[in-house]
Amino acid sequence: MHRKLALFGGVYSNYLALKEVIKDAQRRKVDEIYCLGDLGAFGPNPNKIFPLLVKNNIKVVQGNYDNSIGNDLEDCQCGYTDPRDNYFAKLSYDYTYNNTSEEFKAWMNELPPEWRLDLGDYSVLLCHGSPRKINEFLWETTTPTHFLEKLCRDYDADIICATHTGIHWSRKLTKNKYFINVGVIGRPENDGNTFVGYTLLEMDNDQINIQYIPVEYNYKQLAEEMRKEKLPEEFIETILTGWWTTCLEVLPGKERIKGKY
Amino acid sequence: MKSNYPEIYLDALDNLWFQVAGTICNLSCKHCFNNSGPLNHAFEFMSLQQCKPYIDEAVEMGVKEFYFTGGEPFANKELLQILEYTLQFGPATVLTNGMLINEKTAQTLNKLSSNSIYTLELRISMDGYTEEMNDNIRGKGVFKKTMNGLKLLYENGFLPIVTITKTWKGFEDDKILNEFIDTLKENGYKRPRLKILPPLKIGREVLRNKGYENYEYVNEEMLQDFDVSQLICSNSRLVTDKGVYVCPILLNSKDANLGNTLKEASKGYELKHQACYTCYLYGAICSNFSSGGGDA
Repeated sequence: MHRKLALFGGVYSNYLALKEVIKDAQRRKVDEIYCLGDLGAFGPNPNKIFPLLVKNNIKVVQGNYDNSIGNDLEDCQCGYTDPRDNYFAKLSYDYTYNNTSEEFKAWMNELPPEWRLDLGDYSVLLCHGSPRKINEFLWETTTPTHFLEKLCRDYDADIICATHTGIHWSRKLTKNKYFINVGVIGRPENDGNTFVGYTLLEMDNDQINIQYIPVEYNYKQLAEEMRKEKLPEEFIETILTGWWTTCLEVLPGKERIKGKY
Repeated sequence: MKSNYPEIYLDALDNLWFQVAGTICNLSCKHCFNNSGPLNHAFEFMSLQQCKPYIDEAVEMGVKEFYFTGGEPFANKELLQILEYTLQFGPATVLTNGMLINEKTAQTLNKLSSNSIYTLELRISMDGYTEEMNDNIRGKGVFKKTMNGLKLLYENGFLPIVTITKTWKGFEDDKILNEFIDTLKENGYKRPRLKILPPLKIGREVLRNKGYENYEYVNEEMLQDFDVSQLICSNSRLVTDKGVYVCPILLNSKDANLGNTLKEASKGYELKHQACYTCYLYGAICSNFSSGGGDA
């Protein structure tokens, strides 16, 4: 048996990256494409995401952003605790909320909090933050292996896939279990590169293969459109340079030191 | 008879704290909520042998993060060994004044961090961006030594979190934080991370400023529509040389000692102390950052 899935999160209204990711995944002949949530934030013109998801039959898990927009909440529930982080999160949320159509909002409201599927004998759980909390940050350097193994036991899954943090990683656990943070396609990973990426999860004769696929897109065009929408220069700088400029205080030290700010 | 205090249950043991330096400290800060100082032996240093069984038990329970506090953790000669053991299992954070960190210690910490897949965080307490403002609370000569510790850590690959208790009056927080950032940069810590804490109006802080007002309690009504995951008693426990306490803040409250093992100490706890009010107001004050802003 052979199956191939494309997985990503954090679209952040980056429709240009979304188009390229879909194209790349289709070229690799994936069986299905899953988005693990957070459709809006940072980027321009959120409504451009909606038709791309629907037309390409992408299955979407609800992220905290989608839950907030879909339920007309006051803020994005991103889980920031720092005042500067919250200032930028608010700018981004208000812009996205005010520019999202009622139809898209209603659709977001209906999104499921998780997807479950089988890859041969492997039971796969797709969620946004963690299986227990929509906005839990699972960073590589703060998430113990035994903790992930407990999540697999508690939620009856062999492979757990999540996103939310913005930086991809994966770990093989004992007893042939896996955890995958599939990454985001809305903004680069704070490493000075402008590309984004998604995860290919492949099962071939009971062998699990996890591969991160970097994807180039027209980031200069996105920056132009962000300027036209008067989005903060700080967000544009991230798109143009690959370095995060905001929402930094939630990063653990080991992830933070790899960045510029 | 049922009491009027709301009871909070341990939802999951996400954070395991160690009173690794007991109440023994090289400083006697004027705002210290647990009265730590050079002569306070209410709680003693913990050895690696004392810590091990709790770390192992916590791993069984699915713990996410380990925190080490006191007193001054670097005064405990076994701290580095304890960190080495802990970092096999998960991320560790040390709450320190940074004064006892010399070049050799900073290098050892760098090695411990490099050998682990998990992050090692240092939280350095400071209370002023000038020598005068800081040393007025923390003691003479402290500012310079803490700054030196910060610089050494930065040069050895760390981005310490400078933890500041809000002892100033008024609402000029942004201005004051900017002063802190400028001072830290000028003194060689180029990429400062900051965390502000509200003062806990217990211990020595009562003498420095004031204690809680009569109305400052948590009641059942206040918990309606409140995200209890913001209260550390819902996700943390504190291990001391005298047993397991509900949280680091209530170290000096006898009723907060819940047993000798983590399992025993997993029972619920009534929010009967006024310090619980500060935790209620500000949320997640003890952890580095909250894991999220509440369930949707």
